[in-house]
Amino acid sequence: MTDTAQTYEAEIPAKRRSRFTATLAHDRKAQVGLAVLLLFAFAAVFAPWLAPFDPNAMTMDMMSGLSWTHPLGTDDLGRDLFSRILHGTQVSLLIGVSTVLIALVIGIALGLVAGYFGGWVDQIVMRYIDLQWAFPNFIIAVYLVAVFGTGLLNVIVALSLAFIDDFARIVRSMTLSLREEQYVDAARTLGFSKARILFIHILPNAVAPIIVQATVSVSYAILGEASLSFLGLGVDAYTPTWGLILADGRGFITQAWWLGVFPGLAIMLVVLAINFVGDWLRDALDVRQAVEG
Amino acid sequence: MRSDDPILEVQGLEVGFPIRKGLFQRPVAEVKAVNGVSFSVPRGSAFGLVGESGCGKTTVARAVLQLVEPTAGRVLFDGQDVARMDAAALQRFRGKVQAVFQDPFSSLNPRMSTGRILSEPMRVHGMTPGPGIKAEVRRLLDICGLPARFADLYPHEMSGGQRQRVGIARALAMNPELIVCDEAVSALDVSIQAQVVNLLEELQKELGLTYLFIGHDLSVVRHLCDEVAVMYLGRIAETAPSDRLFAHPRHPYTQALIDAVPNPDPDFEAGREIEPLEGEVPNPADPPSGCFFHPRCRLATDHCRQEAPPLGQISSGHLAACWETGAITSTNHHSRDANENTGRQR
Repeated sequence: MTDTAQTYEAEIPAKRRSRFTATLAHDRKAQVGLAVLLLFAFAAVFAPWLAPFDPNAMTMDMMSGLSWTHPLGTDDLGRDLFSRILHGTQVSLLIGVSTVLIALVIGIALGLVAGYFGGWVDQIVMRYIDLQWAFPNFIIAVYLVAVFGTGLLNVIVALSLAFIDDFARIVRSMTLSLREEQYVDAARTLGFSKARILFIHILPNAVAPIIVQATVSVSYAILGEASLSFLGLGVDAYTPTWGLILADGRGFITQAWWLGVFPGLAIMLVVLAINFVGDWLRDALDVRQAVEG
Repeated sequence: MRSDDPILEVQGLEVGFPIRKGLFQRPVAEVKAVNGVSFSVPRGSAFGLVGESGCGKTTVARAVLQLVEPTAGRVLFDGQDVARMDAAALQRFRGKVQAVFQDPFSSLNPRMSTGRILSEPMRVHGMTPGPGIKAEVRRLLDICGLPARFADLYPHEMSGGQRQRVGIARALAMNPELIVCDEAVSALDVSIQAQVVNLLEELQKELGLTYLFIGHDLSVVRHLCDEVAVMYLGRIAETAPSDRLFAHPRHPYTQALIDAVPNPDPDFEAGREIEPLEGEVPNPADPPSGCFFHPRCRLATDHCRQEAPPLGQISSGHLAACWETGAITSTNHHSRDANENTGRQR
């Protein structure tokens, strides 16, 4: 077989670059998205130092427009909108990310088990998921908050439980198709454990649709928190979150447009940035995609 | 290399898949993909299992590999019933019996480099000490005809033949005794097929391997295998040493299969008269009565339609399941005249 050896030489690519940096270099949207997210993350961490005012301090300077002292104006109680949005970043990002992480872990576990083992396990898991699927995620979150009460932790738990079905469904269907792959049969004949087959051979090959769903879900979680706050089921009345600011400003949209526009803009920017970054992650994690140079 | 103690024995193997219907998914019927198959593979030999797609040959392979559970029958490895093995024995069995799969595009995990694919079994089972793993990967690549730098490549960066070599190398990583080749070369180009078949032959000589070779390409099977069993619709139609089977096929189905192999000599092709096999393989969920082959058989008689023929001995090691070949007799045997007018009915 030595005759074939020489012809193979040319096909081996030069030294591999990290796929993350290599794909990022070509992806303008990902660069923008990453920059925006870093900016918001920075704002979230350093909000207490960056904010010019106490976000809850009321002044007599009510509903004033954009000015040097109040770059984004003030609300009906004279609170500085810029400071409030900065502080709101903390809670909104925390809820967006932690909600999806929790839903991801539970959803992946349920989906893998249901898809790989099938039978009655699958029946039980999927009938529950169907039940949850029948209700819009937001209704479930509202219901859970109504039962367990408001507060940061309860909002996170409620939203993550509401998102489980999306992940469980995707992971199950990916598992169903991937378990028929011959490399899974090969892994079984090699005597690998079920955990190894599930987490090393199946899950990494299902990662692309999971990432897409995760980025969409982060967006929905931030919007979900905003909607819960809007209904008065959010964290609490004293913690500024983007949703709460938006809800408070809604009544004055004709007199003070900035109260609705800026928190909305913050939500939109983060959601958009997360989607850009998600697309990039999906490409970067796909070894099959060619990477130039 | 060959000796008479069988490394693998399959006895009366049946594999059925339930057909489920309705709200509660109750099984209403069963498709018997494998319907009472028995054979034994001598150590150091190559045993071929051939047949059209859907005849159950792959299911036999999967049952031998313990990827599907047989509904009846036994698989004995080294005289031990695989179904009754405890966890430790099963783990040893997993090491000794490996597989090379059909589709080189699906048989390698697309997210793993060749090096990881080959080193994973060593790491997981702790067979090779950590520092030796790299050298062992290089050795496996080398004996499969791939340069060491292939360890860094991902499956999508290799051609079908190269991937199949990696698949073979992975099977060898466990130092197996028996390798089940499930259509291991059918997905490859003819020239690549020849290379891989040669590789399999070399490896057999060097490492003293035993092969259970599943295929539908008779010329490959004839070249590689010492013994061949022809399967039709979940049953063995004929089994014999390779030379004898191809020289003197006794079962009409085997004859039709061998006739269908094209001959590279155009004069020969032009001169010969072949009777093509008509019809389709029947639905295994609703198999015909008697001999499963009778609707397509040129010799079929009423007897064939009523009673399934058992495997009868034609000569030592040569068995065929056919009433008409003279190998078996039954009490209500009858004349051959009947097939003149009814032979082609379905």
